[in-house]
Parts: sequence; C-alpha cells; structure tokens
Amino acid sequence: MYRYDEFDTDFVSARVEQFTDQVRRRLAGDLDEEQFKPLRLMNGVYLQLHAYMLRVAIPYGTLNGAQMRKLAYVARTYDRGYGHFTTRQNIQFNWPRLKDIPAILEELATVEMHAIQTSGNCIRNVTADHFSGAAADEILDPRPYAEILRQWSSLHPEFSFLPRKFKIAVTGAPHDRAAVQVHDIGLQAKRDADGNVGFTVFVGGGLGRTPMIARKVRDFLPEEDLLAYCEAILRVYNRYGRRDNKYKARIKILVHETGVDTLKADIEREFEEIRHGVLRLPQDEIDRITDYFAPPPFDAGADDGSLDRATAADPALAAFVERNLHAHKAPGYASVTISLKPIGKAPGDATADQMDAVAALAERFGHDEIRVSHEQNLVLPHVRKADVPAIFEGLKAAGLAEANAGLVTDIIACPGMDFCALATARSIPVAQRISERFGTPERQRDIGDLKIKISGCINACGHHHVGHIGILGVEKKGEEYYQITLGGSGDENSSIGEIIGRGFSYDDVVDAVETLVDTYIGLRETPQEDFLAAYRRVGDAPFKEALYGTA
Amino acid sequence: MAAQLYKDGGFVADDWRHLGDDEPLPEAGAVILPLARFLENVATAPASLKLAVLLRAADDPDALAPHLSRLELIAVDFAKFSDGRGYSTARLLCRRHGFDGELRAVGDVLLDQIPLMRRCGFTAFEIVHAPTRRALEAGHNVEVPLYLQPAERAGERPAGARAWARRPAASPV
Repeated sequence: MYRYDEFDTDFVSARVEQFTDQVRRRLAGDLDEEQFKPLRLMNGVYLQLHAYMLRVAIPYGTLNGAQMRKLAYVARTYDRGYGHFTTRQNIQFNWPRLKDIPAILEELATVEMHAIQTSGNCIRNVTADHFSGAAADEILDPRPYAEILRQWSSLHPEFSFLPRKFKIAVTGAPHDRAAVQVHDIGLQAKRDADGNVGFTVFVGGGLGRTPMIARKVRDFLPEEDLLAYCEAILRVYNRYGRRDNKYKARIKILVHETGVDTLKADIEREFEEIRHGVLRLPQDEIDRITDYFAPPPFDAGADDGSLDRATAADPALAAFVERNLHAHKAPGYASVTISLKPIGKAPGDATADQMDAVAALAERFGHDEIRVSHEQNLVLPHVRKADVPAIFEGLKAAGLAEANAGLVTDIIACPGMDFCALATARSIPVAQRISERFGTPERQRDIGDLKIKISGCINACGHHHVGHIGILGVEKKGEEYYQITLGGSGDENSSIGEIIGRGFSYDDVVDAVETLVDTYIGLRETPQEDFLAAYRRVGDAPFKEALYGTA
Repeated sequence: MAAQLYKDGGFVADDWRHLGDDEPLPEAGAVILPLARFLENVATAPASLKLAVLLRAADDPDALAPHLSRLELIAVDFAKFSDGRGYSTARLLCRRHGFDGELRAVGDVLLDQIPLMRRCGFTAFEIVHAPTRRALEAGHNVEVPLYLQPAERAGERPAGARAWARRPAASPV
C-alpha cells in the first residue's frame, strides 16, 4: 500500500498546524462561525446534533494494522470506545471535543492518516473497489490512480470552494463494486486491445434529493490524460455549477440542465487546452505509484484443500465461507468480508476492541492489509483459504463472525436522527429491527442476495435510491414516515429505485419489508433468482398489491 | 483611511479607484470599471485616463482577450469568500490568456484564502476584514507550504521527484 515519503509527512504535519491555528483564531474571535465552517469541514469536523463529529479519511478504503490500532486508540481515548465506518470508506468519531481535535490529528499523523477533505465543498476522499488488487474478476488495480487523484486534489488551490461537494470513485473490475455511476466522476479502468490502460469516464451521478445515474462522457480516456481531464471537468463545474441553491449545486444538476452534449463539449474544449501541459501523467510516475500497490508475495502452494475439509465438519464455518468469502485472483487465496452488521446492532459501528482484533488478524493472516467497504463492512483482501478457519475463530471471539455479507441483514444505514442534525427520522433503529426480524441464518440464506439501504432524510446518505429495497425516513406532521423504493442498484447496471406507494409508520415499516420479502419468495422462479432480478422481471404490481391490496 | 491594498508583503498606497456604474467617468487618473462599462469605454477613453476592469464571479474572462496587452490591472471580485469562481477566472487569465499584469482579489478576501489565491495567480489583495489585516501586518503565515499541483505562481520549486510536488519560492512574494 501507499507509504508516505518526507513530502507527505511534512504536508500532513503542516495541515495539522494550519488547522490548530484556525481553531485558535476561531476561539479568539478572528474567524466567525460562517468563516470557520468551511475550514473545519475541509478538515472533517462537523457540528452534529449533540457534539462535534470528526471524519477521518481512509483513502480508497485501504489501511494497515497499525492504522487500525490507532483508530482504536482514538476511539478509546477521545471518544466513547467505538467508531462508525461510513459509506465512503471513511470512519467517523461521533463524540470528540473540539479542543481535542488537534491532538487527535497529531496522533493520526503518526500513522500517515488525516481528515483532509472528508467534508466541505471540495474534492472528497477518493473511493475504490474494496476488493482492489485482489478480486478474481479485476482487470487492473485502480488504487494507484485513486492515489494519484488523492494527491492532486489535496488542498487544490482552485477547487477548494466548489459549488458543492465532489466525489470521485474508481473501479478496475467489470463488476462495479464502487458504485461509480452514482458519483460526480466515476472512473472504470480497463485495457484496450493493445494492453494500454484507460478509463471509461462517467460524470454527474449522485443520490441525495435528486438521484441521477451518471452519463458517460468518454469510453476510453488514456491514462496519461486522467488528471488533465478531471481538471477540465472540475473547472467547468466550478465556473458553471449553480450556486443559488445548495440542493441544485451538484454537477448532476449542471449535467441535467445544460445537457450532457453541451457540457461534454465544454469539458473537451477545456481539456484540449491543457492536455499537453504539466498535468499529463508521466509513465514513470504512474509506475512509481503503482509499485506501492504491488501484490504481496502469494504462496503458490497455498491451496491445500484443508478449508473444504473444515467446512464439511463445521456448518457455521461453511455458512461463513459461502457468504463472506470473495474469489481471489491468486489460487488458494480469498478475500474475507468482516461484517459490521451483527444482528440487531448499528450498521458500520466497531468497538475499539473489535478494531484491535481486526488489526491483529490482518497482521497475522492478511499481509497487514485491511479494507473498508462502501457497504460499511471491513475486508481482509489477501488471506490463504487454509487460514480461514482460524480467522473465523478470531472473528467469533470479537463478535464479528456474522455470515451475512450481501444478505438482507447486511444493511446500509445513515446515522439518522440519533446523531445527525439534518435527519428527519431514525434510521439505525429501523435497521436494527429489520436485522432482528430476518436474523436467523436459515431465513437469511433462503432469501438470498438482497440489499436494503436506509436514509433518515432526503439527503440520502444511506443510499436508499440504489437499494434493492430502499427506505427513506421523512417527517410528516411530527411523526416519522418511511417511504419504500424498489429496484434500485448501484453496480454496473445502476438504476434508481421507484417509490412503491404511500409510506409506513415507524411501527409498520418492518412489517412492510417482510411483506415485500415474502412476496418475492412467493414469485421467484428459482432460489437463484434474487430479489432484484425478480423485481426487474415482474415489475412492481405484485408488490404493490401485497402491500396495499388491489385498488 | 489606511491603505487597504496588500501587495509584495506589505500594505501600499493604491493608485487606482473603483468606479461604480453611476459615477461619471473622470477626465484623468486611474479607475477600475465593471466589465460592461469597461468594454463600452475602452476605445474612447482619453489618454489621460487609465482603465482597469473588475470581473465579477459570473463574468467570462474571455471577453477581455482583445484588451489584455494594454491592461495593467484586472480585479476579480469575491462577493462572498465561499464563491470559488474567481479562482478559475484567475487561472484562465494567467494560463489561457497569458495575462501578466496585476491580478487583484477584491471583496470578501480573508486570511485563509489568500494562499490559495496566490497559487491561482493573484498578486494583490484589497483587505477590508480587520483580523485579516492584523494578521497580514503581523506576518502571520497560515499556509501549508507544500503543494501537490502545478499552479500559476512564479518561482515555485519542484520538491523531490514527483511531477507535481512543489515548494514555495525561496523567498515569499
């Protein structure tokens, strides 16, 4: 993985000093709250419902054991003993005190971590496929490009006061696990017939109040043009993106209102001017960054068949292997998903002890690598299959062995009204109740792949628009109401879910989800036809009828 | 009133005066006009009157292309510090049009934004915010002096082998 050199170390230290000075000037009254707000946001500090929140960057979701232990230390020392992993592969601490934040940042800097651009109207933490560098179906590891983008976008002088936040995601596999089509810029790395690397470029995707699937603007952008093209997109957006209404300020609205052809022409014109300039990526720089992401030395004799024998003897291990292992490019290896969705618990939360346990497992069995997935789970990307039984035992001891990756209880939920100042309804308790309702292993496995995503307000941080079943909590006459959407998806066949009908109360929403699931079970053609496939085949009529009766 | 113009490391007297749309054009001196008024008068102004232009956030710098070689000063207005269009305006003026006169940030110009403005090509700053003025007078530096992108400011030095890493010029401008 990427390691800091002297420049990066000095950069992060200088940023900590800068922020410390900004906090001091805020407390001295030289900065008012309006002036201070974008500065603290650009360093990940939010003012939440009950307290400040600090969001720490985990670039493209990759970290090592020492970094995870440091997060555990911060959770234990400065927070209430836990952290919350987010849908953008970062971690949030919900209870730090503002006066402690400079000290936390200094701690993080000792392990090459920071909170730069995890919030604010700037280019945010770049995200990537959580199985990057490991997945069997991967064409190339997208993380070197994510790292190049991370560097280029850090404290960018021109793009620090954009109309709104700006999110970039990169994937290097045909099956899109990074949801690139719902990002401001989505990049799909690939190779042409001659083996040259390039990117399919998508622009203008996003969720929030106005969900939109991104539009393709380039089928194959050569890799050397990556930064110049992104700069061209950002410049056009910075100049022409709406600033009169924050809810219409994302680039997706600009694409929609200007028209993709006109906007693409603007981008291309800007790009033509700068493509041969200093932003053109030199091959030796690409190679230098790529070397950091070289795969670990895989053991050619790793496949000893012992995992098959162990699963035959242990049904719980077999269930874990079936759901939580992902195919690896090296024979005898797998990627293990560590579910942060234990039945009845808050999605994405991990205690300090759990973080330490994951760090220890990564160091012992996983080449010291950990990933955070946008589905709010953790991943050990490179483990020998033969070590999976030992890892499973370690996870059981830490309360992290839930065999539910991709199942109905593997729910994404935003923090909701329990933490967030914007929320209009609770989301975590709804996730917990759904998790309890479907929590038995047999029932979950019978239901099969099903993504439920829950947002506590129309800003859609829980990505409900791309849930197979999406749940949006709103407030109506002082009561929480939950609107259900069906058929959303955030992969290479992205779609925005459609509202099925009138909403449900907090008490009734779990019953409604159960009705939908039972309806699906009743109409699927085979157990292999998952919820989304069945919905796409039959449409919403049977689900509507089950929920509301015939009209 | 004390000088508001911060340039070359200190507050200096300003030879230029902003002229609104309603004030009559003087016969002589040096005035900064909003874009539309500048374009109206640039051809007919007397030789004794020097004209400069004020670009607002939505103004297109391309409109100045025919006049750039004769412009000593372009001011870019930041009506709100949080509106970042002026940064792109500055870079376009420097890079696309090769403007090398005084590029001046005016309006809601605050201490923490000045380092970013400099890197986008601004060379002068009109300061009205009192704490920003005090900090500049005290030489209080708030910059992260390591950069990860190429920019317009002259004199930035490469830092190590990376294509884009830069450090500030040896002495700050």
